[in-house]
Parts: sequence; C-alpha cells; structure tokens
Amino acid sequence: MKLFKKSFRIDFMGKRRLALIFSGALFLTSLGSLIFQGLNFGIDFTGGTVLEVGYEQPIELSEVRQDLGGAGFDGAIVQHFGTTRDVLIRLAPGAERNSAELSNEVLATLQANGDNSVTMRRVEFVGPKVGEELTEQGGLAMLYALIGILIYVSLRFEYRLAIGSVVALVHDVLIVLGIFSLLQFEFDLTVLAALLAVIGYSLNDTIVVSDRIRENFRKIRKGTAVQVVNTSLNQTLSRTVMTSLTTLLVLFALFIFGGEAIHSFSMALIMGVLVGTYSSIYIASPTALALGISKGDLMPPPAPPKEGAKLDERP
Amino acid sequence: MNRYPLWKNLLVLVVVLVGIVYAAPNLFGDTPALQISATRGASLEPEILTRVEQLLKERGLDYQSVRLEDQRLLVRLRQAETQLKAQDALREELGSDYSIALHLAPATPSWLRTIGGLPMNLGLDLRGGVHFLMEVDMEAAVQQAEERYVEDLRSLLRENRLRYLSIGRLSAGGVEIKFRNTEQRDQAETLIHDEYFDLLLQPVEEGGSPRLEITLSEEEKREIQRLALQQNITTLRNRINELGVAEPTIQQQGRNRIVVQLPGVQDTARAKEILGATATLEFRLVDVTHDVQRAVEGRVPAGSRLYHERGGAPILLKKRVILTGDHIIDAASGIDQQSGSPAVFVTLDGQGARLFSKVTGENIGKPMAVVFIETKTETRVEEGEPVKVHRRVPEVINVATIRDQLSKRFQITGLDSTEEARNLALLLRAGALAAPIDIVEERTVGPSLGQDNIEKGFQSVVIGFALVLVFMAIYYRVFGLIADLALTVNLVLLVSLLSLLQATLTLPGIAGIVLTVGMAVDANVLIFQRIREELRNGNSPQASIEAGYANALSTIADANITTLIAAIVLFGFGTGPIKGFAVTLSLGILTSMFTAIVGTRAVINLIYGGRRKVKLAI
Repeated sequence: MKLFKKSFRIDFMGKRRLALIFSGALFLTSLGSLIFQGLNFGIDFTGGTVLEVGYEQPIELSEVRQDLGGAGFDGAIVQHFGTTRDVLIRLAPGAERNSAELSNEVLATLQANGDNSVTMRRVEFVGPKVGEELTEQGGLAMLYALIGILIYVSLRFEYRLAIGSVVALVHDVLIVLGIFSLLQFEFDLTVLAALLAVIGYSLNDTIVVSDRIRENFRKIRKGTAVQVVNTSLNQTLSRTVMTSLTTLLVLFALFIFGGEAIHSFSMALIMGVLVGTYSSIYIASPTALALGISKGDLMPPPAPPKEGAKLDERP
Repeated sequence: MNRYPLWKNLLVLVVVLVGIVYAAPNLFGDTPALQISATRGASLEPEILTRVEQLLKERGLDYQSVRLEDQRLLVRLRQAETQLKAQDALREELGSDYSIALHLAPATPSWLRTIGGLPMNLGLDLRGGVHFLMEVDMEAAVQQAEERYVEDLRSLLRENRLRYLSIGRLSAGGVEIKFRNTEQRDQAETLIHDEYFDLLLQPVEEGGSPRLEITLSEEEKREIQRLALQQNITTLRNRINELGVAEPTIQQQGRNRIVVQLPGVQDTARAKEILGATATLEFRLVDVTHDVQRAVEGRVPAGSRLYHERGGAPILLKKRVILTGDHIIDAASGIDQQSGSPAVFVTLDGQGARLFSKVTGENIGKPMAVVFIETKTETRVEEGEPVKVHRRVPEVINVATIRDQLSKRFQITGLDSTEEARNLALLLRAGALAAPIDIVEERTVGPSLGQDNIEKGFQSVVIGFALVLVFMAIYYRVFGLIADLALTVNLVLLVSLLSLLQATLTLPGIAGIVLTVGMAVDANVLIFQRIREELRNGNSPQASIEAGYANALSTIADANITTLIAAIVLFGFGTGPIKGFAVTLSLGILTSMFTAIVGTRAVINLIYGGRRKVKLAI
C-alpha cells in the first residue's frame, strides 16, 4: 500500500512567510498566557496534599465538602476523578497543621461521616521546599538537555542547522506549555517528563530533515538553497507522516486506555508530536535558510590527496 | 550479495534467545510468601530453616519451599489463605528476635533464578505502598550535641571542684559558663582545654561576671550532622524491621534527606507514627527534700527540675539523669504479673546495668521516676514564613519506690494501654532518632489503584502496539511483517534488560516503553522509505536494500543519539518517576537501534539475500 503519490512537489518554503506569521501568533499567545496566566502547577511543584479516595456508592461532592468544612479543611478543592465514586481532594500547603499528618486526619474525617464506606486510593504530600527544588531541577534539566543537543548537532551538522533545530525545539516546548497554560491543564511531574520526551521527538524529526538537506546540498549541483530544502522536505515527507502517525496511534491508545493517571502525560505528548511534526518542516529549515545556509557550508572537506599522487608527480 | 556472515546471524540469534530467557521471569507472577529476617543481634542460622519446616509440617500448613536468600529466609506458600496462619504460627515459635513479613515472592522457576532471572521490579505506583522523603533536622542535631556538652562540662567542673555561677546553652548556638572571677574562669579554661581539645574557647569580659563561651568547630558540626544522619538511617531500618515490611528501601538522598519506601504497606498512619517518633526514656530520682508547691510558684531549687505526671500533677525530679534510653538493648511489652496492667520489660547493656545497679543500690527506699520524652514538631508562621519548631515534651509515666537493687532486667509500668506498651517497646528496641525528622514528601498508592494502574498501563501498551503492527504490515507488506517481528523482539529485549538491571518500572516507565515502541517504528520507516526511493530510481532490488540501509544509518544514528542525550540528561537531573521514564527510554533507544538495523537486516538477508531475481514486497 502506498498512501502517497510517487513523489511530492509541494512548495513548502514558498509558504514560509505564512507559516512564520502563524507560528509567531501561536508563540506570542503562548508566551502571553505563560506570563499573565502562568501554569496550573500540580502539587509536585507547589507543595500541598492530594488525596484520592474511593467510595462504595456514588457520592455528591457537596457532601464531601460539607464533611471537610466541618472538620476545618476550608480551602479544600474537591472534584470527581474519573467516576462519581472517586473523589480527588486537594489541599493547599498550609502551616497550620503538620502536613504529613493531614492525610490521616482527612481520611478519618471522611470515614467518620456517613455509611458510604471510603477507601484511600492515593495520597500525595509534597513539602513546599521540595516542590521548589523540583521546579529548579526541572528547569535545569531542560536547559542542559538543550545545550547538549546544540553541541551535538553543531558538531555533526552545521551551526545554522543546529540553531534551526534548537529554535524548533524551543518553539515546540513553548507552544505545548502555552496550551497547558491557556487551558489550565494541570502541570505535574509526568507532564514535565512528557515535555522532555517532546524534545526528543521533535529533535528526531528535525534531524531526519536536516540530514536530508545536508545530503542534498552535496548531491544536487543545480538549484538554489530554497529549492534544495524543498526537495529534501518532499523526500522525507512520507517518512515524517508515517512516523508521526504510528507514534500518535500509540499515544492515543495511551490516552484512551491508559487511565486517569497518565492522561496529562499522553495529552502533552500528543500535542508535542503534532507541533513537532509541523515545526520540523516550517521552523527548523526556514531558520537555517534565514541564517543564510548555502551549499558551501555543507560540502565535505576536500579529500586528502591520494596515496599515489605524490609518486605520479615525480619526474 | 546481501548476506550476513555466519557470526552476525549467530549474534542476532543469541541476543534474541538471551532476551527471551531473561524476559521470561515476568510471565510467572507471584506466590504468597513469608519473609523472615533477623532483628538486632540474632542471626539466621541454617537450624532456623529446619525449625520452620518442622513447624509448618506439624501445623499442616502447605508450603512450597523454605529457602535462605540473601540475609533472609523466604517461605513460599501455596495459597494466600495460609499466609496469615503461617505468620501467626511462626511468630509464636520464633519470638521477637525475628520479624516475619507478608510478602509476594516472584514465582520464577528455580533454574531461571540460578542464572539470575528475575522479573521486573515494579514501582510503588504499580504495586501499592508508601514512599516517604524525610528531612533530618540538622540544626537540632547540633543543638542536642551542645546540650550534651552542657551536662558533660557541668560534671567535669564539679568533679574538679571548680566553682561556677551558671552553665547553659546559648540560643544563638554554643555553650556559656559564667564565673565569679577571672581566676576561676582561667582555671576552668585550662581544664576544659585539656579534656576537650577540639572545642573552641573564648573568654569574654564585658558586662557583669566573666564568662567563657564555648563553640563547636565547623568540622565537628559537620561530623555531628553526618553521624546523626547515619544513626537515623540505622534507627529507621530497625524500626521498619520491627514493623515487618518486606523489601523496604532506606536510602540517603542528598546531604540531609532519607528516602523510605515501604511496598504494600496499608496502615500509613501507624507507619508514620512509628517512623517519625523520636521518643526516648530517662530515669531520674525524685527530689523529695524540696516542696513541689513552691517550685510550681516559680522557685525551682537548683539541681532539680519541675515535671508533670500523666494526670498533670507536678513533680520535682533531680536534674541528674541516672540512665537514658541509649543503654537499653531490649524491650518487650507484656502484662505485669502483680497488677495485671500493661508493662514494658527492659534489658540494659553492661555499662547501663552497672550504672543502674549502683544508683538504685544507693537509693533503696527512695522513689524513682521514668520520664518519657517525645519530640513534637509543629509548624508556626513567623513573619509570613512557616517555621518548623521542635519541642521536647517530657512526661513522667511512672514513679516507683526502689525496693531492691535493680540491674540488667526490670520493668516499667504506668502505661495507658497494651497498645502503648507495644509501641514504647518497639521504639526502645529500635533506638531513638539522633535528630528529629520531618516528612517532606509522602506518596501513598493503595494496592487497588496500583493493580488498576498496571492493568490499564499494560492494556494500553498492548492496544497501541497491536495498532502499530497492523498498520506497518498493511503499509509495507512483507517488510512490514519483518518490522513487526523486530518491534516484538525489541519489546522482549527491553523487558529483559529492565529485568536484568532490576530497574524499577513505574507508570511513566510504561509510558516510556510505549514511546519507544512508537519511535522504534521510525528507524524501520526510515530504512524502508529509502529502499522504496532507490527502487523508484530504478535500482535493482539487491542494490536498493544495500543502499537503503546504508543511507538511513547515519540519520538513525543522529536522531537516536540526540534523543539519548535528552534521556541521559533526564536521568541525571530527574528524580523518581522521571528517572524511571529516562531509563526505559534510553534502554529502548538502544534495543530499537539493534533490532531495526541489525535484526531486520538479518531477516531480510535470509529471505532475499543471494537471489538474483527478486521482487521486493515493500
């Protein structure tokens, strides 16, 4: 089976200004949302307590709130988690009570009230300091990953392509973050892991394209830089689509069947794969072009003179 | 043409076979088991093995095997129902020297186990349990050391008949001794300097009486903190042993933190209480010569201190401690034969016994008090910042008249309940924490949720994987099937590597596996697209295969190495779940490169290689 015609002749680069406007708008929206609205950080980063409890029969949230309010847990956020029998309770980090004991108290409160029996399914408590450290570590991890990648790609390819791929990376990560901020999805440790996986994926995509561009600059003698990039993008297009499609298949399986615990993880990855596929075409290569990449930059270094050459020169 | 040398084919075959063998343990599941480990001092002798076997036979409890495995005795049972009965029976037989924990042991056949085959290590999010991150209060460790110095210096000065006005800890740190005149102070300085040469002494003149300020050197502070952390880890290990938890993890993290993981623990409230408790005991003589009432009014005589009994009644005790909990080597809860009330039977070490018998011998007929000291942690808001405050709460749990000279063994009564006696005995046995700890992170996953997570995670992997297999087979036909084979082998190799390395599989780890499945396809797609391209350009099938692999190789390498860099950075900086994700991702990259490049090529060579006229089904 072949989904695609024999070969493509899509003028990707001809629309690169349009793409630039589109990406610019997305980028600015994301940045704006991140600045003004920020991320909805989970307790991994903010500290606090989250409890997931399971009831035997469906339970009204107002009931749970009332029970908790009666025991002095006023700031609690209560919501259903998956089904009407599962309830998620979120408590902000507070200094009034010894936080580690908090979960015991909450459970005791819920068990004391009503005949609908409660079981504890999950408790997570993170101290404020630990969360702070984690935010720092996460940010550092991202930074170091980017630097490492920049160095590797510069060495293997050319600095213009390296900058192109890193711009694409930053673009992808920022847009995924922007969507999380805009929609106020919870940003926790697993989403951070997903974001780092997005870096890996986006990079994978960009490298495949850059690799082709390098190869074609060496092979195709005629044509402008824009034409060579266009040819390379067309040649790799079916691969790009195939890989994104299979990865998305797996990710959607994860999203639909993986359960509540990895929902935001798979969502971040799905967004990342979509944005990453787009950026490998419309961000990385145009950036390299804008930086003035040309045939000469990617020509292999002149081959060393042949072994026999010297002998031939002899009179 | 397009043929692998024999050694390459053999290499692929051997890797696949080894992979299958080491992935196999994951298929067998678990059997209910009991884990017997020795607590303090006691050792697991081979005799125990026969004793346990005999007992199980006598009681008619059906067991599969009893085996000594690294420092523990593992009793595998046939049914889950016998687990509790066997535990009770063994507890009766072996007494308190051994802790007997309920356990789920992998049911891997013994031949697999002898060659090191073990199933993957499941994280707490997949099997249920508690994860605690505890922070040791390092300030408090230094404070306690300074308090000890106050006592030591007080007795040093007294023994040498050197007079001083007062001695105490400074709130800013350090110890201060006040003297009547500089002469006495100088004598004290020489004396202290000779005895404790590593203390920093600083004479101070200004304001009132001459003083001597004593501080600990930075080096010593660091040493104190290091030892406090070490002792806390030991104490926590003892306590967890007493709780009877199978396969706990207790590890230092960073400079002042300890990670404790207790798989399968349900009663988190009790676990927290026992782990965090900083209780210890002190034995002091009752001050009978002074009036308690006057002390309550604020006129506490020198050499004594005001305490309160359980009911709240005030009592005056001598400042000098006869004995602290440090000298207790064993404690067991029980019932006092005479009064029928709960009691704790205490055994002292040699030095403690000597001290105790000397003091009790000299004070027959006088009352002695047992003080229970608990360090409570409170969080207060000071200037908008939450501040942790540790408060020592002493409580007199028992006052008794010394009737005889007591020595190595004696009992403490005056406890509220048998439960309290049990907890006190446990704490005394396991030792006191050298410095208070705070739980700064807690993650508890109920076993049902763990089960749920693993089922759903597994299910989504299977579904996603099946979809990819079908898609590939349709799109690339025979080559797609070859890729499918490679993907399956890739999964097997990944599982076997995770099992061999005993890396902990967590939920994000499963997600990492899913991601590698998705990405492993990429390598195959890259190769196959190249082969198609070559065919389209009119090259012969054999040359197309050759060129397809050759051209795709550098792309695959570059793409995978960059992802590997990201994964390694994640491993270096991440904690817990992120680390798990990084491990599966990086291992997955390695296995997928092997299967996609070497594995598929071997199969393709076997099918198409060496034939002159072929039509590639791609």
